[in-house]
Amino acid sequence: MNNKLAIIVNGIIKENPTFVLFLGMCPTLGTTSSAINGMSMGLATMVVLICSNFVISCLRNLIPDKVHIPCYIVVIAAFVTVVQLVMQAYTPGLYETLGLFIPLIVVNCIVLGRAESFAAKNGPLDSALDGVGIGLGFTIALTLLGACRELLGTGKIFNFTLFPEQYGALTFVLAPGAFMTLGYLVAIFNKVTKK
Amino acid sequence: MIYFTLIIATIFVNNIVLAQFLGICPFLGVSKKVDTSLGMGMAVTFVMFISTIVTWLLYHYCLVPLNLQFLQTIVYILVIAALVQIVEIVLKKTSPSLYAALGVFLPLITTNCTILGVAIDVINKDMNLLMSSVYAIGTALGFTLAMVLFAGIREQLATADVPEGMKGTPIALITASLLAMAFMGFSGMA
Repeated sequence: MNNKLAIIVNGIIKENPTFVLFLGMCPTLGTTSSAINGMSMGLATMVVLICSNFVISCLRNLIPDKVHIPCYIVVIAAFVTVVQLVMQAYTPGLYETLGLFIPLIVVNCIVLGRAESFAAKNGPLDSALDGVGIGLGFTIALTLLGACRELLGTGKIFNFTLFPEQYGALTFVLAPGAFMTLGYLVAIFNKVTKK
Repeated sequence: MIYFTLIIATIFVNNIVLAQFLGICPFLGVSKKVDTSLGMGMAVTFVMFISTIVTWLLYHYCLVPLNLQFLQTIVYILVIAALVQIVEIVLKKTSPSLYAALGVFLPLITTNCTILGVAIDVINKDMNLLMSSVYAIGTALGFTLAMVLFAGIREQLATADVPEGMKGTPIALITASLLAMAFMGFSGMA
């Protein structure tokens, strides 16, 4: 049991995809203009990650070694399409906002990276748990980044106003703020974890 | 005239890296030296141009008539992966010097989200084939420009005295942020 918990915690802290591995930077920066957008993107990626890790782990002894990358990509692309269609049907507003970044989960290096480095070597249950851990790590990072940008830019967190909007610096919602906020968050994360 | 505006818009105003956040991985990963980032930029330009045309034709003459638009993502990623392989093989045979220049960067391009992003974007924006290819070239040039500028700054940064916690990726991100701010000056131009 302890072992299973360790897999999840590993994904959140030690191998945090955003702050430690620097994978999947495009959605990290592109979709975090507000906390809610960041969280939805994180959750969408997590669903794909759990499903693809599970299926790839089940199939790992059937897939010939030579063509394993294309096989993994097809599995991942199938789940991305499922997520895309579901979001289009049930949350059309969110689908509009996240736009291009939903189909681009396919080329998110986290998903293929975990398939290659974890799911290809471990059992289905452990792989699914790894998906949960890494997915949570990613979601937490994206939500945090989104919350910081939303607060500094508009004075709100999850649309809950903390200070009047005219005191916010709009730059933080726009492109430069994304790079800057992430830069400082990574620096803080390094400082805290390396002690 | 519209093509000229489109080129300016894709290179400067809607720069794919600094305004649209695509292709951040190679932007941060292979931008330590000016010449490697130039090589990467050229490889991306080459592949993006070809893959946009191929996927456009495939979408309009294969997926639409068969009513299979929902397979877009799967088909595109496979086509791009195969295309990168073919380009690599053809280049190796026909132009060894170009292959030597682009060689190491080609396999990396499959997971470069700019390629898939542009291929999907031109379909979403309902562009015709000529517009799409101009859009692809402009976007790729914008990517190259951002990469080369960033690499130039990072070469200088290597000798700068940076605080302990900011070393490596954090300072690179702050630099990118300043570059993005500079590019914001172009907004509203085209």
